Amino acid sequence: MELQRFAYDNRLSRMFLNATMFWGFVGMLVGLTIALELVFPLMSSGIPWLSFGRLRPLHTNAVVFAFVGNGMFTGIYYSTPRLLKTPMYSQTLGKIHFWGWQLIIAAAVFTLPLGFTVGKEYAELEWPIDIAIAIVWIIFGINLIMTMVKRRVKHIYVAIWFYIATFVTVAVLHIVNSINIPVSLFKSYPVYAGIQDALVQWWYGHNAVAFFLTTPYLGLMYYFVPKAANRPIYSYKLSIIHFWALIFLYIWAGPHHLLYSALPDWAQALGVAFSIMLIGPSWGGMLNGLLTLRGAWDKVRESPVLKMFVVGITAYGMATFEGPLLSLKSVNAISHFTDWTIAHVHIGALGWNGMITFGMLYWLLPRLFNTRLYSKKLANTHFWLATSGMLFFAIPLYFAAFTQSLMWKEFTEAGYLRYPNFIETVVQILPMYYLRALGGALYLTGVILLIYNLVMTARSGSFVRFEEDEAPALRTGKISGEKGHRIIESKPVLFTILALIAISIGGLVEFVPMFMVKSNVPTIAAVQPYTPLELHGRDIYVREGCYLCHSQMVRPFRSEVERYGDYSKAGEVVYDHPFQFGSKRTGPDLARAGVQSGPMYKPASWHYNHFLSPQKMVAQSIMPPYPWLIKNDLDISTTNRKIKAMQYLGVPYPEGFADKANAHLQQQAYEIAQNLRDNGIQIEDTKEVIALIAYIHRLGRDIHGGEKVHFSER
Amino acid sequence: MKLVTSALESIADIQWFPIIGLIIFFSFFVILIIHVSRLGRKQEDEYSRLPLDEDDEQEYDYQNETKNLDHDNSNR
Repeated sequence: MELQRFAYDNRLSRMFLNATMFWGFVGMLVGLTIALELVFPLMSSGIPWLSFGRLRPLHTNAVVFAFVGNGMFTGIYYSTPRLLKTPMYSQTLGKIHFWGWQLIIAAAVFTLPLGFTVGKEYAELEWPIDIAIAIVWIIFGINLIMTMVKRRVKHIYVAIWFYIATFVTVAVLHIVNSINIPVSLFKSYPVYAGIQDALVQWWYGHNAVAFFLTTPYLGLMYYFVPKAANRPIYSYKLSIIHFWALIFLYIWAGPHHLLYSALPDWAQALGVAFSIMLIGPSWGGMLNGLLTLRGAWDKVRESPVLKMFVVGITAYGMATFEGPLLSLKSVNAISHFTDWTIAHVHIGALGWNGMITFGMLYWLLPRLFNTRLYSKKLANTHFWLATSGMLFFAIPLYFAAFTQSLMWKEFTEAGYLRYPNFIETVVQILPMYYLRALGGALYLTGVILLIYNLVMTARSGSFVRFEEDEAPALRTGKISGEKGHRIIESKPVLFTILALIAISIGGLVEFVPMFMVKSNVPTIAAVQPYTPLELHGRDIYVREGCYLCHSQMVRPFRSEVERYGDYSKAGEVVYDHPFQFGSKRTGPDLARAGVQSGPMYKPASWHYNHFLSPQKMVAQSIMPPYPWLIKNDLDISTTNRKIKAMQYLGVPYPEGFADKANAHLQQQAYEIAQNLRDNGIQIEDTKEVIALIAYIHRLGRDIHGGEKVHFSER
Repeated sequence: MKLVTSALESIADIQWFPIIGLIIFFSFFVILIIHVSRLGRKQEDEYSRLPLDEDDEQEYDYQNETKNLDHDNSNR
């Protein structure tokens, strides 16, 4: 058969590779900054956009979507044409994808520190950026699928299946979770409320891990590990089975983020069961990767690339063993809301994603520049810095998690909490926070070495824009004797649809009953909508990222009921767009902060002083000060639109209330401000802190016999 | 399972939903495993070598993390 000649264009890979290095550095620098802020809370020195609550979403978004995102695209744009024996379908679409993606990240860098956020983890970006993400993502998908359509090989290699699953699933996850009602250009409310919002969010959140951090990187593993080891993957059969099992099972596991919460038990049980099953396909992937190196372990000693791959794949195995373990309710009772979660995700991010990316970059860049790596010694130093950095990060946090969780749960013989002051449990684990920052610093130093090494490598060579190759044209039509999976494997569009069906089943089975069956969200007659002032306060709570350190979910444990108040119920949060359960308790839970007879209640003057200087009220507090809340006036120009948006979402404000909302707001603000003034604090009614105090004092009040809210004229 | 169905019984024919899901799920994997087990060794070998093209058959210099440019194709 006649051979056709064609050339691969390396420019897209190079562009994404540069972006990976740049954003990797930025994302990790922000990470190190917030790790230091936890031990030096005054570091943000009252600057709003430097505070922990605003930078933490920037850190996670930068690492996940910018560092790992660009890393995945680097590998996909390099491996896809070579596996399919054809250049990418469109260089132009590729460029639009590249610049679109960088613009989205740049938008995140500006909007997140300014406090524009939806308030759902890893989905913080506001609606205009969400729309841009959807468009750019679909452009990427079109380019990917069309490249497969015009390929020259019959069989589509397993790495590309992982890329397709990534494209399809991330598109579905992103769109479903980002359906918001805009109030202004940079403010919107999710259409879901309370536990439904929580279920959708963690279906998204968990599968963002699965289909943004895992499947594309498994694809990269299936391409770059055989390349670097110069031997085929250990078992191709295993790769087929573990691919389908992985995408089928992952999509169901989201509810394990909501164990012991107000989510119905059946949904929690579903999440646990699938999480435990997940260990099968996950370890199938890990073993397939590691066993590819069978007979080549001597090379691992020599090659920093293979070393990084081995640690990366091992970290994947550890994290995917830990995941099911954390999904067991008895383990989760200890681990949830503690630093264990942080340690767990960093084994994944620093170990799996980081190491696979670094190995890929060290392997790829010398090839793109037709040269040798500038310094193998520096690469080896990077390897040790990264490995020890990861361990210094994670191990202290495991200790911190166990220590703090057990302190939270400990009772005296007389039946009282042994550590009733939350701060005692924080002080105990602070040394571990120092070590974590050290781990992060080591890891970041390694990344600086990587950038230097790769820049020097590029300078020693010259960029190879086109690489020529040749292959026979693809024979079309059915080859006799082919059936079943082999037909699917060679039909990209059919394959994409099947992957979509596979991931949709899990989502639908979880969502349909949750949204249709009334008994899943038992209503509580006493629960009323937020007043306009409280709604504004809640928006400030979301803007400042309070949910990143304070949960609003008292689990049904004696230790928690004793510490915080009655356990949380699904019916309490039916007007919460978005839900604010939180996933980490760096500070105490606030779900009962408005219950006057409860242990969490603090008067308005306490809150005022606490926002001004947390250390003045709790000497050892690690919360940063929020002086701008006291200085800034509340923007009440949006009240009308906010109330109307809430009414549109089904929150039962009286007809025509939107127009009277600001009068209601001013009355309530006056009462709170007057209370502060009575306590000797000079403050005007118009300040933001008044709204935030109003919101905090509303938390949990309705179901504890609090005064009924009157939405009519007062 | 009783726990799940009791929460869902208000949807018509809901009791069949999980059963249908299970059947799809189970039969898909049974068929998949049968097909995979019947995949020929030659075929498997061919597929798994897709990332490795002729270039990679060259001597790989792990000491310097790059293909041995000096020897080019002379080794094979």
